[in-house]
Amino acid sequence: MDSGLLRVQLSVNGQRHALALEPRRVLLDVLRDDLGLTGAKKVCDMGNCGACTVLVDGRPMYSCLMLALDWREAAITTIEGLGEPGQLDPVQQAFITADAYQCGFCTPGQIMSVKGLLDTTPEPTDAQIMRALSGNLCRCGAYGNIMRAARIAAGRDPGTDETGSDTA
Amino acid sequence: MQTLVRPSDTHASGSDPGLDPYHATSAAGRIEGPDKVSGRARYSADVRLPGMLWAKILRSPHAHARIHDIDTGAAAALPGVHAVLCYRNAPDIPWYDHGRLFDRTVRFAGDEVAAVAADSEATAEEALRAIRVTYEPLPCVLDMASALAPGAPAIHGTSNRAGDPAIEQRGNPRRGLREAELIIDRVYTTQVALHNALEPHGCVALWQDERLTLYASTQGVNTLRCEVADKLSIPERQVRVVTEHMGGGFGAKQVAWKHDVIAALLARESARPVHLMLDRHAENLATGNRNATRQHLRIGAKRDGTLTTITARIEIQIGAYRAGGETSSVDGIYHSLYACRNVRTEQAVVYTNTGPAVAFRAPGYVEGNFALESALDELARALNIDPIELRLRNYAETDQRRRKPYTSPDSLRRTYARVSEAFGWRRYVRSVDSGPKRRGIGFAAHDWVGGGGSPPGKVRLTLVPPGRFRLESAAQDIGTGTRTALAQVCAQALGVDIATLDIALGDSNLQLASPTSAGSATLATLAPAIHGAADQVRKRVLQAAAELLLEPAQALELRTGRVVANSGRELSLRSLCEHLGRRTITAIGKRAANRRSQSIRTCGAQCVEVEVDIETGEVRVVRVVASHDCGRIVNRHLVASQVMGGVMQGIGFALTEARVVDPRSGVVLNANLEDYKLPTVADTPVIIHAALDLADTEANVAGVKGIGEPPIIPTAAAIANAIFDAVGVRLYNTPFSVCGMLEKLSGPPHARMCDNDEPR
Ligand code: FES
Ligand code: FES
Repeated sequence: MDSGLLRVQLSVNGQRHALALEPRRVLLDVLRDDLGLTGAKKVCDMGNCGACTVLVDGRPMYSCLMLALDWREAAITTIEGLGEPGQLDPVQQAFITADAYQCGFCTPGQIMSVKGLLDTTPEPTDAQIMRALSGNLCRCGAYGNIMRAARIAAGRDPGTDETGSDTA
Repeated sequence: MQTLVRPSDTHASGSDPGLDPYHATSAAGRIEGPDKVSGRARYSADVRLPGMLWAKILRSPHAHARIHDIDTGAAAALPGVHAVLCYRNAPDIPWYDHGRLFDRTVRFAGDEVAAVAADSEATAEEALRAIRVTYEPLPCVLDMASALAPGAPAIHGTSNRAGDPAIEQRGNPRRGLREAELIIDRVYTTQVALHNALEPHGCVALWQDERLTLYASTQGVNTLRCEVADKLSIPERQVRVVTEHMGGGFGAKQVAWKHDVIAALLARESARPVHLMLDRHAENLATGNRNATRQHLRIGAKRDGTLTTITARIEIQIGAYRAGGETSSVDGIYHSLYACRNVRTEQAVVYTNTGPAVAFRAPGYVEGNFALESALDELARALNIDPIELRLRNYAETDQRRRKPYTSPDSLRRTYARVSEAFGWRRYVRSVDSGPKRRGIGFAAHDWVGGGGSPPGKVRLTLVPPGRFRLESAAQDIGTGTRTALAQVCAQALGVDIATLDIALGDSNLQLASPTSAGSATLATLAPAIHGAADQVRKRVLQAAAELLLEPAQALELRTGRVVANSGRELSLRSLCEHLGRRTITAIGKRAANRRSQSIRTCGAQCVEVEVDIETGEVRVVRVVASHDCGRIVNRHLVASQVMGGVMQGIGFALTEARVVDPRSGVVLNANLEDYKLPTVADTPVIIHAALDLADTEANVAGVKGIGEPPIIPTAAAIANAIFDAVGVRLYNTPFSVCGMLEKLSGPPHARMCDNDEPR
């Protein structure tokens, strides 16, 4: 095409989107700027922080490191695609219960990492949770509560106030 | 995270727990929670406006240079480029000490040189690459020692000292030194740390006629409005600043930075909205940092531990400019934390050709606390007194600086008791030293000048059809949960369910004086104002209902959604609103002044257990117990999260975080999140918040104080003291890197006990 744009179809949150993209466009930018899905955040733009994490065929991946047109065949899920209308996904609910955030800027990425883990490993150990979250930075330092949110979502912590676990 | 709440502490103010209006909902979830977990929460970078352009800033690669010439012709000619600004065509706006918005002299690697706005980010980047700048490099000074050396090139004027040193003295330090039976005389240094809030600085600028709206990531919508209007020479009422949600700031977003005004100018020039968010690289160069310090500290004591003198000579590295905002008082803690008659501090501020410093969570106190609390630990060991006991022997009963009693004189002592009990300080049994891993424990106390709040602060509270309440405050939620805490205070002050309350904040157009999110002041400033507004609104609601119910107002009570009379008759707020028709019930609550006769402080203590690997030099923080006096706890989840977050940042400051500047070029070598080491989930210890829920009703009617800054303050010193306990290595320089640890661990035992890196 003369304009240098390529016609691609991306499947995001169960919907197909027809787009005309420059080949160099990165998935994170396409999600945020072309599709208006601003839940995934741009923090480092170079694969250091995990704020841009989305699920690609169920696997958590850094969308800032992916060329959009490489993923025409994939099923992409963003934070906006979790849960049902009017009902949060259990992972999202667990983040609220555990107060697993402060500013919330890293939160969509953290949730997608936990979601990706639980979809493949429904009963993860603490070590597995930690490994799954090790690519997600949180400057507000909510890690302890994020770990707990993952445990709650995995059904390992009832999520009541009294049982507040104190281990990382 | 575990919060230990002990009834005796929770309600030590004498109130009946059953009547405590904050108690019932103190564990409520954040009202913004559903928005934050679903990606709906809109941050500045998420703002999308029709026709919006993308802006980028060109920054100096030199630490110090004169701009000979700039050629922006090729950049401006690129298709899709709508505006290019540099010193040639931008308005000449004064900035910093003696500089300009686009200055002909650049003073650090990262200083703003030019800016573009284009159709896409990629085009904006191409345009930056097409700008040709000719620099004439100048000699630079990159650390305090070279900046203060004789003959050093001056960055501003004739000397690299930014003004005269601040001197504060009480008593006779010389006599204090003579009276001392033991003297600790040490030099401590702390590094430049970078805030690295995950949301970068930036804004989206929109002009409509002559009115500017900035959707900005700022800790002060009102401050930013005022500063931007001033820089643009337009009336304040023509500027609106909106901050719906923000991804952290930690102090660095409390002033107007050049990019805020650059975005406004680009938007005006191009007649289009402009999106200007900094990238991570710029974020690490040019948006502030925690100043490095050098502190020469001397404390003298009697054999029984009584302090006879504290003196400190302090140098602060401010970088290339004074960026404004909260000042960094490294000296503050020396004057207040302990009872001591003879105290003197001298604090000098030094320019270097590096990015400007700005307030970073408890500015100055983190640095000063590391030195003072390390020295106290050393003193305790030299005197063979338990570190907590030593602190109790020097307990400051009053504010010695302002010569006033504290509103909560006993609370610091209570935090000592709480942490030592919850941690098991006296019962601690060291695990048997086997293999390369050694454990140890450390204690540190702190106070903090902030957390008390003060005027001005206003909120507006309105009864809106069909019977809901609406609370408005211009204050922004930096990410700490301000929105939730203010709503809780309001719902509780009215006596209604929080679900019947709406809250609007983060908008300067609300025309309400509000604090910047700084000094741990937001809640303590606004909660009393909310109480005032709630009292007025309740009274007027009851009066209006009294007319309709034909009952005396005194016989009525406001409940969720209705007014109930002693007689049992009721009126729903919905019908009240219908009867009121166009009349509204609204009131403004104003923050009253703090009492002049008393001094408000926040304070606390932490105990830390570490594990040091003597073969690898690695330090792992195993466990932290923290107790802080933040007055009445409005929401204990929010407070616990603040404690956890502050401790984590303290761990980063102590162990891994440091800006690394190339000593020759002045270029920052780790301006990214790969090489600048923030703590990760794997670095997270067990953190226990030993909550101290003491309503400070002497401080304000709501009994609340701040918790934003305190938890980061004592962590580094407590870690240093624990490392000494574990392996006998005394650390004087943050961060305690693996390399540094290894070096010290391999030294002879004698050197370990008294090494002091810097020559004096
Ligand atoms: S933005 Fe993709 S990893 Fe940081
Ligand atoms: S909640 Fe702020 S960065 Fe994680």
